[in-house]
Amino acid sequence: MNIVISAVGGQGALFAARVIGRVALNNNYDVKVSEVHGMSQRGGSVITYVRFGKQIASPIVEEGYADVLLAFEMLEAARYVPYVKKQGVIIINDQKIKPQPVVAGDCAYPDTIVDTIRTLDVKVELIDATARALEAGSSRAVNAVMLGAFAKHTLFSRDSWIQGITDASPAKFVQSNIDAFDNGYGK
Amino acid sequence: MKQLMLGNEAIARGAWEAGVTVSAAYPGTPSTEISEFISNYKEIDAEWSVNEKVAFEIAIGASIAGARALVAMKHVGLNVAMDPLMSISYPGVTGGLVAIVADDPGQHSSQNEQDTRWLAIAAKVPVLEPSDSAECKEFVKRAFELSETFDTPVIIRLTTRVAHSQSLVTLGDRNDIPLKPFDKQHGKYIVAPAYARRRRVVAEERLGKLKQFTETTDLNSVEMNDTSIGIIASGICYQYAKEVFPDASFVKLGMVYPLPQKKITEFVKACKKVYVIEEVESIFELQIKSWGLSVTGSDLFPRIGELSSRIIRQKITGTAPELLTLGSDVTIPIRPPVMCPGCHHRGPFYILRKLKLRVSGDIGCYTLAASPPLEAMHTSICMGASIGMAFGFEKARGKEFASQSVAVIGDSTFWHSGLTGLVDIVYNKGYTTVIILDNSITAMTGHQNNPSTGMRLNGSPAPALDIKKVVEAIGIRRVVEVDAYDLKELERVIKEEVSAPEPSVIITKQPCLLIKGIDRPGNAFSVDPQKCTGCRACRVIGCPAISFVNKKAVIESSLCVGCGICADICSFGAISENDEGMDA
Repeated sequence: MNIVISAVGGQGALFAARVIGRVALNNNYDVKVSEVHGMSQRGGSVITYVRFGKQIASPIVEEGYADVLLAFEMLEAARYVPYVKKQGVIIINDQKIKPQPVVAGDCAYPDTIVDTIRTLDVKVELIDATARALEAGSSRAVNAVMLGAFAKHTLFSRDSWIQGITDASPAKFVQSNIDAFDNGYGK
Repeated sequence: MKQLMLGNEAIARGAWEAGVTVSAAYPGTPSTEISEFISNYKEIDAEWSVNEKVAFEIAIGASIAGARALVAMKHVGLNVAMDPLMSISYPGVTGGLVAIVADDPGQHSSQNEQDTRWLAIAAKVPVLEPSDSAECKEFVKRAFELSETFDTPVIIRLTTRVAHSQSLVTLGDRNDIPLKPFDKQHGKYIVAPAYARRRRVVAEERLGKLKQFTETTDLNSVEMNDTSIGIIASGICYQYAKEVFPDASFVKLGMVYPLPQKKITEFVKACKKVYVIEEVESIFELQIKSWGLSVTGSDLFPRIGELSSRIIRQKITGTAPELLTLGSDVTIPIRPPVMCPGCHHRGPFYILRKLKLRVSGDIGCYTLAASPPLEAMHTSICMGASIGMAFGFEKARGKEFASQSVAVIGDSTFWHSGLTGLVDIVYNKGYTTVIILDNSITAMTGHQNNPSTGMRLNGSPAPALDIKKVVEAIGIRRVVEVDAYDLKELERVIKEEVSAPEPSVIITKQPCLLIKGIDRPGNAFSVDPQKCTGCRACRVIGCPAISFVNKKAVIESSLCVGCGICADICSFGAISENDEGMDA
């Protein structure tokens, strides 16, 4: 399975990638995760790849091969659409974070972008992950909500995901992350 | 048991398993995490060095003193450490000496795409290149064996995609290696010509032995499958090619210098068509073609930027999957990295812009000041260069120009290689003003400690070197410390110091707000829409918290950390701090 996670630097995409990797490993798959560090983490656009299967060579998901695009922000969904294969799934957090050129008034945020994505040959799920994260007690748990929404597209059990989140979270965030996951997963 | 590990973490694990006891490095993407992971192993004395040259020299010293020593850096860090590398090549090692050098094809976080393989060839030093995390760990152990067997420093070349990808690693135990006797071989470690000439011969003999070794080692493997396509590749390019052509024949190079000429010659002869797949530089290709073999490489694959499975597929098969697209009428605004809300660098650069000074900048988060809307940095070339370059401006355009220009450098970069430039200005009677942005951390690479932060790599307390005292000791008489949030004082001090007919240093102080435990400067600020005239003066600082709705400024309270710089800029008193508890 090929997963692309797109986000704004600082939204916690790395955590989500690491949890998916861990859960896949615990289910006896070969796994590769590719991360972005450095300059772009300062509020830039970031992209992270997760691949798992019987045997994985490249850690990078090629354009046109992603089964799922997990986008933590609407513009970052649009930006990485070419990665998604036809009939693939795009899960989009309905949050809007204005990039600097929009903040500065040099160009407009394309407000109807999700509608445009819906016209493509893909399955789009729009989710209010930020609101659901707050509901679970932490605005920082957007990534856990997104994981919950993604988890439904895998064959891994809820228990397996909860285990992965528990192992990857700092102790004081375990419960809020699990609650946030369930808010995305649905009980 | 298998673990999912970052390439850099696996390098650290390999160092521990190999019995390394000394490690030194200067942070640089994509190599930084190696040292951070190494610092978790109590058996290894690991440090952030002041720069890569010093790090390399510490590792050389530790090796000569009998320990297994590792040094890590990014590719351009090796330029700084090139003198010790070139100079230790002939003498060789006592305890194993391995340098991890991480290249950055695609320039994700770097000023160039230089290829460490060239530098290693120049130094006559063998190079290993892993293609995943398991190999990262394994190759470190092999590199130490090679180093001691062949009496040579060894380089492990990483690229961003290997350093920053996670894959599965099987953990091993640590092999505690006893210290070797301090080498008594007379003159081995004296590079004075009379001794070094002898070692020059030894180095050539060593290269001859390594050329034999590379033919037989399992670091270079041949996979014979379908012989209609043969591929020669190393590192991440091997993985990309394997993804596209799982049934092709491969020479997978784990030892990328020296190359196994016989092995490659036989392979090329056994395959119908052979592709050499390597990123950026044609280093394999040139060598292989020099042996009179016919292979395809740079005539097919681009030499700028990273390769990918997609490029390899497209170039060899002429096919590529049709991609989904939003259409040409949809414009997606770019999202460049920006200075964080409340960043200490914003105030000084706002003033430099206002005063229309020519700014010789340096390398760090503050390089973002070169981008719109601030556009307050005009040059940024290499680590520490800001100071010497500003002095160069002054020499080229006359002393008067020193009142129209400044050098700007961060605290960590100042220690790295800015200090020597400042000594030069004093010695050669320059007037240049240097602004040291002291945010108490090496921020860009992810918050590493440095000589003035008061902590070492492992977080243990350390003497915090006092930049002001050091600068005064050099002989700078005009040294001023300023609160980086105090725009009025910044403007006054900068004006005064650039016009002084002698060198000055201005140290702007405020900690990076991303340092753990640092309090935000204040409550969030908000804009009074009655007073805001929509003049957009506050826009110039490029704060992510400020946007414009219906032509009036609006501050997003969840992003604002209360630095108050925008309020100081506003001529209409429209921006003020919220009362306690009003923050969203």
